Amino acid sequence: MNDKAHKIAYAVFALAVILLGWQVDNQYYLQLMIFIGLNTLLALSLNMLMGYAGQISLGHAAFYGIGAYVTAILTTTYQVAPVLALPAAVGTAMLVAWIVGIPTLRLSGYYLGMGTLGFGMIVHIVLREWSSVTGGASGFVGIPPLEIGLVVFASGKNYFFLVWAVVLLCLIMCRRIIDSRVGRALRSIHDGEKAAAAVGVDTKKLKLQVFVFSAGMAALAGFLYAHLVYFISPGTFSFVASIRIVTMVVIGGMASIWGALLGASLLTLLPEWLHAFSEFEMVVYGLILMGVMIFLPRGLTRGVLDVYERYRKNHDR
Amino acid sequence: MTDNSHLLEIRDIHKAFGGVRALREIDFSLEKGSITGLIGPNGAGKTTLFNVITGVFPADRGEIRFAGQSVTSYAVHERVELGIARTFQNVELFESMTVLENILVGLHTRTRCGMIGSIFKFPRIRREEKQARKRATELLEFVDLADHAPRRSSDLPFGWQRLLEVARAMAAAPRLLLLDEPAAGLNMSETRQLGDLIHQIRDQGITILLVEHDMSLTMSISDKIVVLDQGRKIAEDTPRSVQSDEAVMAAYLGKGKNSGHGR
Repeated sequence: MNDKAHKIAYAVFALAVILLGWQVDNQYYLQLMIFIGLNTLLALSLNMLMGYAGQISLGHAAFYGIGAYVTAILTTTYQVAPVLALPAAVGTAMLVAWIVGIPTLRLSGYYLGMGTLGFGMIVHIVLREWSSVTGGASGFVGIPPLEIGLVVFASGKNYFFLVWAVVLLCLIMCRRIIDSRVGRALRSIHDGEKAAAAVGVDTKKLKLQVFVFSAGMAALAGFLYAHLVYFISPGTFSFVASIRIVTMVVIGGMASIWGALLGASLLTLLPEWLHAFSEFEMVVYGLILMGVMIFLPRGLTRGVLDVYERYRKNHDR
Repeated sequence: MTDNSHLLEIRDIHKAFGGVRALREIDFSLEKGSITGLIGPNGAGKTTLFNVITGVFPADRGEIRFAGQSVTSYAVHERVELGIARTFQNVELFESMTVLENILVGLHTRTRCGMIGSIFKFPRIRREEKQARKRATELLEFVDLADHAPRRSSDLPFGWQRLLEVARAMAAAPRLLLLDEPAAGLNMSETRQLGDLIHQIRDQGITILLVEHDMSLTMSISDKIVVLDQGRKIAEDTPRSVQSDEAVMAAYLGKGKNSGHGR
């Protein structure tokens, strides 16, 4: 897509957000859409690492958790203003990513997957067992609502607009990175690390950079999550959560920013829709995911585009 | 001590993989602005030497000097920055990217934009991007691929992919260009075009080292030939003298089984 197409896409996106926020009053739907927004942030952050740079992470929920817990502890235990807790939450996750990334990113393929998986489990265990600070397995209660200046982001609508504004900003930010010198270098690592080094890309440094960036964005989602629900527990940031983020990226379409949005929407909405199937819910859920992977192995976004292109080609003839 | 007329100096390079001694006592220099052909039977150590020169893996012993500076401990990307670029035996393009983008990645070391710069798109960054695209188009024109800029690189026919890879290596503004079997898989007219292109690159002042099995091409364009056999240098001379060198004849013909590579 060219520059103009992107601008139109952003405008349509912004319009859709405003319309939805304006028209929808049902608290349940607002909450659901806020969760889609948070999941989009998570999928987008992992997509930068996995879809574009080709580095798998099976422990991404750890950064989501770090973001949530740092702000919870600072704003509740230490009474820090949420606005000030934000840079601390994002910064901590980035610092952890940097420290963990130096040895981990030396690995590749399955080994990197295992390394990040181990990291995610360690963070989950720390959150669960360090009860004096994190509240342990029973969770952390009493997180204050998000206040920025005089505005309190408490009502569903307020928070809806905040989250989706952040999503739009992050979409633009990621798009810009991908289309730049840095993004091209990232994609070159994905296509062939040997060749990337041979044209002068410092692959080690760049992988670390995008890992840190990605962790920061996941922590931002964690921050927003904590101030949305006021109560967090380690279960939300477990291994299963990491896998869910990976699934969103794969289903939505790797190396596509709109794919992140699509994947996050589908995986947030699907369980809600499938309530109708009651005990067969998980079976249907699994079948849908399998179906997508079998028939659209490059994800929904790419898959739909492929079908469309094929249709047009056949039609032109 | 180094002398000024040599761009690359290879000093007593040794490299072993387990028990296999891939390179032994390799010692030669490349004169600035020259074309040197590196030949030898399969398994002679040509690609290994390329990998040692570009820094893919370190030598066990010996030194690589580039433009009077020791680069032995430098990483691959640092050597590119200094001016050592290469192509691969099996064309290694970035397949998910367009033809133009491949060249733009090639310009990586000649551009500066970082993560923060790309997010905020400062005027400086926009200018740099514009210049990079202009330079990339020039390079595509140089190899006659400008009309195919928006195509996916994997959609190009093989011969064009080779040219694109050469142009991508040229984007790094190298002083030394290493070509690993650039004529492999090309037909005769494509090979002739490639020969012209290599001459044009040399005329821009770029020193060239090439590994090539196409003997007629190698002998016709090289100023000097270095012959490797079983990890050792067995000859270093002008194309004419090398062709009548007894050790070379023995390496290629004497053992019979490798003779098929000469043409």
